[in-house]
Amino acid sequence: MSDLKDLYQEVILDHNRNPRNCYIMDGASCTADGHNPLCGDIVKVYLRIENGIIEEISFQGQGCAICTASTSLMTESVQGKSVEEAQGLFDEFHQMLTGVAEEQGVVLGKLQVFEGVREYPVRVKCATLAWHTLNAAMEEKKKDITTE
Amino acid sequence: MNISAGAATGLDIEKIRTDFPALHQEVHGRPLVYLDNAATTQKPRAVIDAVRSFYEHDCSNVHRGVHALSQRATVAFESSRTAIKTFLGARDSREIVFTRSTTEAVNLVAHSFVRPRLNPGDEVLITEMEHHSNIVPWQLLCDEKDATLRVVPMNDDGELILEQLEEMISERTRIVSVVHVSNALGTVNPVEEIIRLAHDKGVPVLIDGAQAVPHMKVDVSALDCDFYAFSSHKAYGPTGIGALYGKRQHLLEMTPYQSGGDMILSVTFDRTTFNEPPHRFEAGTPNIEGAIGLAKALQYIEMIGIDAVQAHEHSLLAHAKEAILEVPGVRLIGAPQHRAGALSFVMEGIHPHDIGTILDQEGVAVRAGHHCAQPIMLHYHLSATVRASFGLYNRVDEIDALIKGLHSVREVFG
Ligand SMILES: Cc1ncc(COP(=O)(O)O)c(C=O)c1O
Repeated sequence: MSDLKDLYQEVILDHNRNPRNCYIMDGASCTADGHNPLCGDIVKVYLRIENGIIEEISFQGQGCAICTASTSLMTESVQGKSVEEAQGLFDEFHQMLTGVAEEQGVVLGKLQVFEGVREYPVRVKCATLAWHTLNAAMEEKKKDITTE
Repeated sequence: MNISAGAATGLDIEKIRTDFPALHQEVHGRPLVYLDNAATTQKPRAVIDAVRSFYEHDCSNVHRGVHALSQRATVAFESSRTAIKTFLGARDSREIVFTRSTTEAVNLVAHSFVRPRLNPGDEVLITEMEHHSNIVPWQLLCDEKDATLRVVPMNDDGELILEQLEEMISERTRIVSVVHVSNALGTVNPVEEIIRLAHDKGVPVLIDGAQAVPHMKVDVSALDCDFYAFSSHKAYGPTGIGALYGKRQHLLEMTPYQSGGDMILSVTFDRTTFNEPPHRFEAGTPNIEGAIGLAKALQYIEMIGIDAVQAHEHSLLAHAKEAILEVPGVRLIGAPQHRAGALSFVMEGIHPHDIGTILDQEGVAVRAGHHCAQPIMLHYHLSATVRASFGLYNRVDEIDALIKGLHSVREVFG
């Protein structure tokens, strides 16, 4: 069971039970919908961007623990950051899950709890769906994106 | 078959399990417990050997060689057709068309049988519990022809509402296409009665038997269905091959599906004369080794006895249903009176995908998702379920492993 504890860390379980910033935002400057057809995870990300800064971020969705916790933690970690910084975090996060571990640059902080997902390739998409969706929202691509 | 074990159903499961090489392995350090049989079954050594033997001895093309290997390959290929005919209770081997799968069989009927007789305003009748492969081909066809796709609803137990089905068969209905056993719920539909209701109004019926053939005796002549489709890989045979049973008089009237070699009698640049059914619907070099493997798989099922298989799986399902409900927070999806093969469930507050991952760590293979039956998920307002599905080689203690795994899930999620 030790392997599973690496995947389902307490922080992840906590954010799954009590997702942060989980509400519909009025007056969002952009939104995007993400969908993982494999498991039916859906997430909608709302952003209020002012002068290139993510002033407010929220989401609504339905998904597995990894997906929900990843979305919740993402909203916490990009709040107050510039669009470029958020994109940088996404790249690092993606790198942590799919790339070579040593190449990591930026400190991911709390997001590091998802490192265990590396060992579960079919679940990587669960952890990255929110970020792909955020990216789409930032680029104001107002179309559905998928992880496929 | 050595019938000695104490199981009520008289199958010697231990002996049977020795026939399936893939069952004997560890996954994440635990013995594999394979409960994803509705997705595909493992293959007995007899099937694997038959495929290998074809390539080692008889590898050749069919229907076109004068030499010995080609004749052997042709005989083996055509005897597979006869084996399927006998297995399904058809009257004539020429009523068996080889396809790639159930999916292709449905597409073949949609294209070659229904399409030419579907006019604007006509109707195709399916049900709420179809696999996507028995929805999408009809949707596309109805779109193309300005016809209407009508859907018979099911109740919350996961059973078709027959009174509605009867009412929905109209003089505009050109086909009724119904799943025999639901892959997502395990419901066994009363296809005999459905066929009778449709025939009373002169409407032909296609049965999707993908999940029925591995679990129960199917007799297409007794059913009197017009078409019956199944996939080899869900019945212990190789992937990439399946079959469509079609009544001879229908097949004779039908236009080709794909075109090319083997399905013709003569070709000039002015005209082509199409071959007789079933060859008319089998363009190109077929999946020869698949057909040979499939025949072996059917022979294997017959050797064990489909009635014994059914009784064994029935007792597994009964045990699983009871045991699973003792896990706190588990809810079964659907409660059909007649069930075969599969059991779907959810756990309060825990996503099926997480359950699937944790069970996998315990060596237990199940399916988590929408099972290519999203309308069923919609009916229950779910995005996914966990499905445990059984085969002839599963043991009661594998259900215990599943239950133990579900307790681990509870532990992880606290
Ligand atoms: C009820 C049912 N119909 C059709 C299919 C499609 O079978 P195949 O993918 O072999 O064409 C499946 C497979 O999951 C099924 O369960």
